[in-house]
Amino acid sequence: MELEVADLACARGGVLVLEGVNFRLEAGEALMLRGPNGIGKTTLLRTLAGLQPPLAGRIGMADEALAYGAHADGLKSTLTALENLRFWARVHGTGEGEIGRALEEFNLADLAGRPAHSLSAGQKRRLGLARLLLTGRAIWALDEPTVSLDAESVRLFARAVERHLAGGGMALMATHIDLGLAARALDLTPFRADPDRAGKAGAGGADGAGAGRVRVPHDPFAGAEDLA
Amino acid sequence: MSIWEYANPKKFMETTARLMPWLVALTAVTLIPGLVWGYFFSPEAENFGTSVKIIYLHVPSAFIAINAWIMMLVASLIWLVRRHHVSVLAAKAAAPIGLTMTLIALITGAIWGQPMWGTWWAWDPRLTSFLVLFIFYLGYMALWEAIENPDTAADLTSILCIVGSVFALLSRYATLFWPQGLHQDASLSLDKAEHVADVYHRPLVLSIIGFVLLFITLVLYRTRTEVRARRLKALQARERMA
Amino acid sequence: MIALLVRDIRLAMRAGGGFGLGLAFFLIAVVLVPFGVGPEGGLLGTIAPGILWIAALLACLLSLDRIFTLDYEDGSLDLLATSPLPMEGVVAMKALAHWLTTGLPLTIAAPVLGLLLNLPESAYYWLVVTFLLGTPALSFIGTFGAALTVGVKRGGLLLSLLVLPLYIPSLTFGAEALRRGAEGMANTVPLLMLAGITLGTIALLPFVAAQAIRINLR
Repeated sequence: MELEVADLACARGGVLVLEGVNFRLEAGEALMLRGPNGIGKTTLLRTLAGLQPPLAGRIGMADEALAYGAHADGLKSTLTALENLRFWARVHGTGEGEIGRALEEFNLADLAGRPAHSLSAGQKRRLGLARLLLTGRAIWALDEPTVSLDAESVRLFARAVERHLAGGGMALMATHIDLGLAARALDLTPFRADPDRAGKAGAGGADGAGAGRVRVPHDPFAGAEDLA
Repeated sequence: MSIWEYANPKKFMETTARLMPWLVALTAVTLIPGLVWGYFFSPEAENFGTSVKIIYLHVPSAFIAINAWIMMLVASLIWLVRRHHVSVLAAKAAAPIGLTMTLIALITGAIWGQPMWGTWWAWDPRLTSFLVLFIFYLGYMALWEAIENPDTAADLTSILCIVGSVFALLSRYATLFWPQGLHQDASLSLDKAEHVADVYHRPLVLSIIGFVLLFITLVLYRTRTEVRARRLKALQARERMA
Repeated sequence: MIALLVRDIRLAMRAGGGFGLGLAFFLIAVVLVPFGVGPEGGLLGTIAPGILWIAALLACLLSLDRIFTLDYEDGSLDLLATSPLPMEGVVAMKALAHWLTTGLPLTIAAPVLGLLLNLPESAYYWLVVTFLLGTPALSFIGTFGAALTVGVKRGGLLLSLLVLPLYIPSLTFGAEALRRGAEGMANTVPLLMLAGITLGTIALLPFVAAQAIRINLR
């Protein structure tokens, strides 16, 4: 089991933001995505999750191996914590027994019967993270997973990630908090797409992309040349 | 040299820039004589009186109203299959023109209908389908307006255009089931016009050709504007990135 | 997929789920008619088939923008898109859940409201038949419209503008089949057309709507 990303280019709102992204993740490894706001961490994670097509490059991993955790937790406020988790367990074909374990792991067992709207922001986040355990998927791709978690909950989460990695899983996280994990960091700044170079390859049509990088199909309207 | 080269915005802009003056001239020399001939130099019909003259506006605009939608349908399919930006922008450009033509057809029809049938409006299948077409144009344009990302808007409006076409046909068929559905419609049709005497027929054909050229000219003008607007958006996005 | 169906129905039934709203709207819309056109029984009986169909259609429209917007806003739609469920199945289940919580209750309530409108006795059978055959199409067409507008903020009005013209064939055939049936005329053709549109929308629109969702998420 591994995740291999080669020469990946992705766009946000139709605008190329990242290109030439290369990295490799083996079983048991974690990778922290770094870079300033707006660099494209969310875009990269959404592309890996298959929510948007990559403009170029290759994502090598097994089918349905990736569990995506977004900013929003995908919880239904009128359902109880248990009902929320049970739904996702059934969607992913995970057994009922796992739900109890997931609740335990994130210290939610006492809250199981409470409707999600009565939970605090941190409790909701823990519930959202507990969902990951029920996907049964090897690669966790998480977008700012520690937002609104207190120090104790962050430790809880770090332990869950450690256990996941120990079991042969992988984790890919956009976060600036140090979880105390033995994880590599990947700074996305060098992969920022160059708008001027993108332009030169644009309206003229055929002259391709810059040296050494995989050709990205450019927006034909973003060209440097003027239209008649 | 294939036709798909015009899908490149730059190539399209260059070619149409050269073409536009000729198209404008050609439109002028068909549309104006066609309408003048029809309105001033064709005889009045015995049982229709002067009101028959509105046929030179009504029939061509109705013809364009339907064919503009068909053109949008084809352009949308081309966008979905081949991802040519100019194609979908042409569809976007055609919508307001189609809407206007539908409105002209409805209004001239009402003006004609009043003296002929004694009513401005009847829920006749033909009239009803034009009203439905009018609503479809509105919906298509509203969806374009509502979506920020141009490629998303292009995809979704194209899907709407295709699905809408199926339902527009179904609506047309559905209204034929109305019990009062068989009256009066033949007097409006192009087939009927082809049976009328040459004195009416010839200026009518010239007017229709004029309207077709007018439509092409307007669509190309508007497509050029859309290409520029799209370019502006792309440049602004680039600005934000840099 | 059954899990999704159960969840959506449960959400609709819980507080703020809007389950009763569509029915209440249907009731109010029908009750308003005699106030508008007058209490004369013969006239009411004549227009009752059309009124019932239009009121049901508008009641259906009310809850359409809940189908995807709530899931889109709380992130569930992203998670569903990355789940093992095919998006086509998600769309079909959501449309089915919408029908079970709107179309079906409307069908059951319609005969009662038919009484209020002085609907002829011969019409009740056809009222239920046309509603059963026609309302699933309203849910599936509506789900398609909701999929188109899921990314649009305050898209409710736009959704109505897009969906209402698509309802015209179902409305025409449904009301026509009901009217002819009530008058004892042959209504097989409009009835078959009504059923055909419903089957066609159930078979095809989930695929189109799923594509629209994918486009909106990317």
